[in-house]
Amino acid sequence: MDDKIKSLRLQLQQELDKTENLVELDAVRVAYLGKKGSITSLMKNMKDLTNEERKEFGKSVNELKNQAAEIIEKKIAELKEKEIQQEINSMPKFDITTPVDLERGSYHPITLVQRQCEAIFRTMGFTVEDYSEVVTDYECFESLNIPKHHPARDMQDTYYLENGQLLKSQTSAAQNAILKKYGKNLIENGVPIKAIFPGRCFRNEATDACHENTFFQMEGVMVDKDISISNLIYFMKTMLSEVFQKDIKVRLRPGFFPFVEPGFELDISCLICGGEGCPSCKHSGWLELCPCGMIHPEVLREGGIDPEKYTGFAFGLGLTRLAMMKYGVKDIRDLNSGNLKALSQFTDDI
Amino acid sequence: MFLSMNWISDFVDLSGLNKLDLIHQFSLSTAEVENEIFFKGSDLSGVVVAEIKSVEEHPESKKLHLLKVDAGDDALTDVVCGAPNVKVGMKTAFAKVGAKIGDITIAPRPLAGYTSYGMCCSEAEIGISDDNSGIMEITDDIPNGTDIKEAYEIDDIIFEVDNKSLTNRPDLWGHYGIAREFAALSGRALKPLELDDLTAYNSLPQIDMKIEDPLCQRYSCLQVENIKRNVSPVNMRIRLFYCGMRGINFLADLTNYLMLEMGQPMHAFDSRKVEKIRIKRFDTPFVFQTLDGVDRNIDENTLMICNDNTPVAIAGIMGGLDSEIVEDTTTLTLESATFDSVSIRKSTVRLAHRTDASMRYEKSLDPEMTTVAIGRFVKLLKDYDSEIKVVSSLTDEYAFRYDEITLNFDKAFVNRYTGIEIGNDTIVNTLKSLGFKVTLKNDDFTVVVPSWRATKDVTIKADIIEEITRIYGYDNFDINTTRSPLYPVRTESVKSDEEKIKDILVKKYNLHEVHSYVWAYNEEQKALSIPVEENVKLANATNPNIETIRKSMIPTQLCQVNTNRSYSPSFGIFEIGRVVDGVDENNLCIEKKNLAVTLFSKTETVKDIYFKLRDILAVITDDLKHKELSFRLCEPQHSYEHPVNLNEIILDGEVIGKIGIVHPVVSKKIDKKASIVFAEIDINKFASANNDSIQYSEPSKFPVMNYDLSLEIPENTFFEDLKECWKKLDCEILKGTKIVDTYETEEIHSMTIRFDFASHTRTLSSAEVQEIMDKIIANLNEIGVKLRG
Repeated sequence: MDDKIKSLRLQLQQELDKTENLVELDAVRVAYLGKKGSITSLMKNMKDLTNEERKEFGKSVNELKNQAAEIIEKKIAELKEKEIQQEINSMPKFDITTPVDLERGSYHPITLVQRQCEAIFRTMGFTVEDYSEVVTDYECFESLNIPKHHPARDMQDTYYLENGQLLKSQTSAAQNAILKKYGKNLIENGVPIKAIFPGRCFRNEATDACHENTFFQMEGVMVDKDISISNLIYFMKTMLSEVFQKDIKVRLRPGFFPFVEPGFELDISCLICGGEGCPSCKHSGWLELCPCGMIHPEVLREGGIDPEKYTGFAFGLGLTRLAMMKYGVKDIRDLNSGNLKALSQFTDDI
Repeated sequence: MFLSMNWISDFVDLSGLNKLDLIHQFSLSTAEVENEIFFKGSDLSGVVVAEIKSVEEHPESKKLHLLKVDAGDDALTDVVCGAPNVKVGMKTAFAKVGAKIGDITIAPRPLAGYTSYGMCCSEAEIGISDDNSGIMEITDDIPNGTDIKEAYEIDDIIFEVDNKSLTNRPDLWGHYGIAREFAALSGRALKPLELDDLTAYNSLPQIDMKIEDPLCQRYSCLQVENIKRNVSPVNMRIRLFYCGMRGINFLADLTNYLMLEMGQPMHAFDSRKVEKIRIKRFDTPFVFQTLDGVDRNIDENTLMICNDNTPVAIAGIMGGLDSEIVEDTTTLTLESATFDSVSIRKSTVRLAHRTDASMRYEKSLDPEMTTVAIGRFVKLLKDYDSEIKVVSSLTDEYAFRYDEITLNFDKAFVNRYTGIEIGNDTIVNTLKSLGFKVTLKNDDFTVVVPSWRATKDVTIKADIIEEITRIYGYDNFDINTTRSPLYPVRTESVKSDEEKIKDILVKKYNLHEVHSYVWAYNEEQKALSIPVEENVKLANATNPNIETIRKSMIPTQLCQVNTNRSYSPSFGIFEIGRVVDGVDENNLCIEKKNLAVTLFSKTETVKDIYFKLRDILAVITDDLKHKELSFRLCEPQHSYEHPVNLNEIILDGEVIGKIGIVHPVVSKKIDKKASIVFAEIDINKFASANNDSIQYSEPSKFPVMNYDLSLEIPENTFFEDLKECWKKLDCEILKGTKIVDTYETEEIHSMTIRFDFASHTRTLSSAEVQEIMDKIIANLNEIGVKLRG
C-alpha cells in the first residue's frame, strides 16, 4: 500500500509540474482531492485491511492528503504570481512623447484680461457694472461736462444713429448712471461709490493694424468724502502691478479731458525694457496707458453729488490695448475677426 | 508745435540749468513733448564767415568758378565753387578744411584740375533754411573768420509739443507763454515783454473801423509806413525755420514771428484796400479768393473782414489775395484781433481749411493780447527797420470782455484734493509764478486768474488744484490708499451668469468665444444669401459695408463660421454680445444682450449636433438655475432659419430664445456637406429667472425597483406628451425615468424607458409597482402609445 501512496505522490508532483494555469490546476486538484479523486479513493481500500493496518494506512493517507493540499496551494500561488507577471510583461510600452491632443475650447482674450482686472478690483471692494452700447448724447457728452460745440467732441468721431442716439465712444458714458445709482447710498449711508464698468466703445474711424472702430475699455470710479490725487495714484499703481504681476512704475502727466479736473495721462514703465528705452516704447522708457483724473465737479453735480462734500477719481483703461500688450497681439483687427486660428490659442489664463 | 530753447531763453534766464531736464519736466507738468529732440548746429563746426576776394571762370567748366576767399587767415584760400551767385565782395558761410557738416569732414578736394581748400555753403547745407539755390549771402557786417555759430544763433535745442495736449491752453501757443511755464518750473523770473509805447501815437488819426458782428470780440489795428526792409534778419529766419515756417519776406515773417512768440495771429493789409474796416457776416453765400489763390465758398455763418462791403479776409483764418501787401504798397494796416472760438472752429471745418491762425483762434485766445501784440510788433519793426513811421493812432474796439475770475478756497480744500501736505508758501509762489494774483489770509486763499488763463481754461477751484499739483510734480506725491469704510460687494446675476456660461461652454463643450461687430456686414451676409434686415441705421457711417445695426447675432456668427469653415471639421463658436430690436415708443433703441451659439460639423449628423446644442442649453440652465427648459415649435421668421425643428426656448413660461437648424440655402453656401445649428437667447431674461438651488434627495436605503417599458411612439407625439402620462400621477415612489434604448426605422419609432421606483421607508412589493405601471400604460394608451409586442 505504501508503494501506492508513494507513486500517487510522485504522480501528483509530475502532473502539477506540467500544469500551466489555474484551470488545469483545478482539474488536477479535483482528480486527486475531489470526492472521487484518487487520494480520496484510497480510503476504499480500508475495508481490505486489518485494524492495525487500517490505523497505519489512515495516517499515511491523511498525511498524503495534507501534503497534496500543501503543494497544490503552493502551485496556486506560483501560478497566480506567474499570471501577474505575464500581465505585466504583456503591457505594451507607450511613447509618451507623441503629440498631445490639446483640442478644447477658448476664451476671447478680452474676457481673460477683463476677468483679471475685475478680480483685482473686486478684492479692493469695487462692484462690476454693465452698461448698454447704445447711449444718448446726454450720457456720452452732456452729463460729462462736454457741451455741444466743445472741441472735445471733435476728438472722438462718434457713430450716431438715425434716431439721434449714438454708439458710446467711451465707457465714461456710464458715469452719470453709476453716480445716480449709488449716490443715494453714499449720501444717506456713507457707502463710498466704488465701481468699474468694462464695455465696448465705438469710434468712427478707418481701421488698420493699430486702429479699430470697436474696442473695449474699462472705466472705474471711486467717490467718497476725501478721495485725493494721492489715492488715485495708489489705485492705479496697485491695479497695474497686479495686472502685470510685477511692480509697475507709474507717472502722471497733465492731460485734458472735460470730465476730470485735474486730468492726467498715466504712463507705465515700459514692460519690455523696464524703463531703459527700447523700440516698443520709442526709447522713452514709458508707455502711455490710461487717461484718468479727479472727477470734474460738474460731472459730480450732474450725478446728484455735491462736489463741495465729495471728491472722486475716474480712470479709463484700454482693455483692448492691455490684452494686446499682454499677449503680444500685433494686429488689433484679429480680435474682432472671429478667426479661430488666432483666437483658439487663448484657452485660459487666470 | 516746434519750440526753440533760444527763443524761450529770451524771456527767462535758464543759464546753468540742464535744458533736457527742463524739457522733461515740462512734459510731466505742462504738455506732452515728443520723444525726438533736435540739437540744431551740433553737427556743424569749422564754418566761418568769409569774403570772396576774387572770382575767375574755370577754364574748362561753365559752372565752376575759381575763388580766392578771405576766411580770416593770413593768406587767402583757393576755393573751387559751383554756385551761381558768387561775386567779389560777397560774404558767405565758408567751411574750412577740417570743418564738419553733418557726417562730412571737409578736406582739400581736387575739382577739374584745381584743388579746393574748403567749401562755400548754402543756407540749406548749414541747416538754417531750405534754400539751396546758391551759397549763403551774408549782408551783416561780421569780421571775416568769425565762426558762423558765433555770428548767428545756429546752436539751438528744438523740441516738439503735441498740439493735442495744448487744446485747453490758449496761452501756450507762443514762446512767451511757454517761457512762463519754464520760469515757474525752474523758479526763475519771467522777463516782461519789451513793447513799443503805443500811447505815443494817440494824437494821430484813428482808422475807420467798426465791429458789426458779435462774433468779433476785439479788433485792434494800426497803420505803418515807410518800411524799407525786405529780407528778415538771419536770426529771425533761423528761428522761423527751426519752428517749421518758411521765410517769405520781412513783413510776412514778422507777423509769423509774432504769432510764434505771443500766440497772437496778426495780419498786414495794404492800407489802400482797407480804408473802411467792417467786421461782419453776409446774408448770401459767395466765392472768395484767399491769398493762397484758392477760391473758397463763404456762407452766411462765416465772419469776414471787409472794406466797407467788400470782403478782404476770412476772419481768423486767412487773408484775401486782393488786399495782400504788394510791391507798391506804401502803407500797411496791421490787424490784431480775437474772434469767437466756436465760430472759427466751425468755419474751419466748413471750409476744410485749417491754418496756423485758426488753430490758435479755436482755443479761445485772450483778447487782452491784441494791443500787446501790436506794441511788440512795432518794437521789433523799429529794431530791425529804424526808419518806419506809425501813421495812425491805435484803433481798438473791445466788444466782448471776459469776466475777471476770482476764486476762493482754503488750505483744507487743497489737502483734501491732493491727499498730501503742500505748504502755503509753495502754493502762493507757484500760482504767482504762473501769473495768478494771490492773497493769503490765515489759510484762506483768494486768487485772481490772469486774463490769458481766464478765457475757458481756469474757471473753478479744481483748476487751481491742477496748477498747484502739476508744478509741484506728480512724481513728488506720497502715494496713499483711501480711508473709506468697507462694505460687501455683490455681483449682479447677469454678470455672474455670463461668466459661468462662458466657463461651461469653453470647459465642458470645447466651444470658442468670439467677438464681432454690432452692425450687420452687408457684403458678407449677401455672400451667404442672408439679407440684412431693416433696423436702426448708423447716421454717419463712412464705410458703405456697415450701415444697419444687427437684430440678431446669428447672421454675424454664420459669417464667422463661413470664414472658419476650414479651421476644423467640427467646431462651435459663441458670443455674448448686443443686438438692437428696433426702437420703442420713445424712439429709443431696444438694446438686448444675447448669447449666440453656432455649431458646425462635417462629421456629425445634424441630429447629433442639434441635440448637443439643446443639451448645452439645458446643462447651462440646470447648473445656473436648477430648472428645466422647455421648447415650442415655431414658424421661421428669418431667411437663415430652417423651417423644420425650429423651436422657441422657454424658461419659467417665458420665451427667452430660439434654437434651430440653418436653412439649407445658407448652409450650402458655407459647406455643401456640413450641418450647422444655432441658438440665441436673451441673457437678461435668462438671468432674471430665479435660481431654484439644489434639491437634495437622500438616497433610499431600500432597494430600487426597475421597470422597463418598450413603447411604439406614433408620429407627432413628443416625449413631453409621454412624460405627462406619469407626471400627472404625482407618484411619490417613482424616482426617475430614463431612455435606455431607441429603435427607429422609416415606419417604427420606438424607445425603451426605464422607470425607477424606491421608497425611503420600506422595500416595495412588485404588486404595488405593477399597479402604478398599469396606470401609466393606460395613460399611454390613451394618447395612442402602445407597448411593443
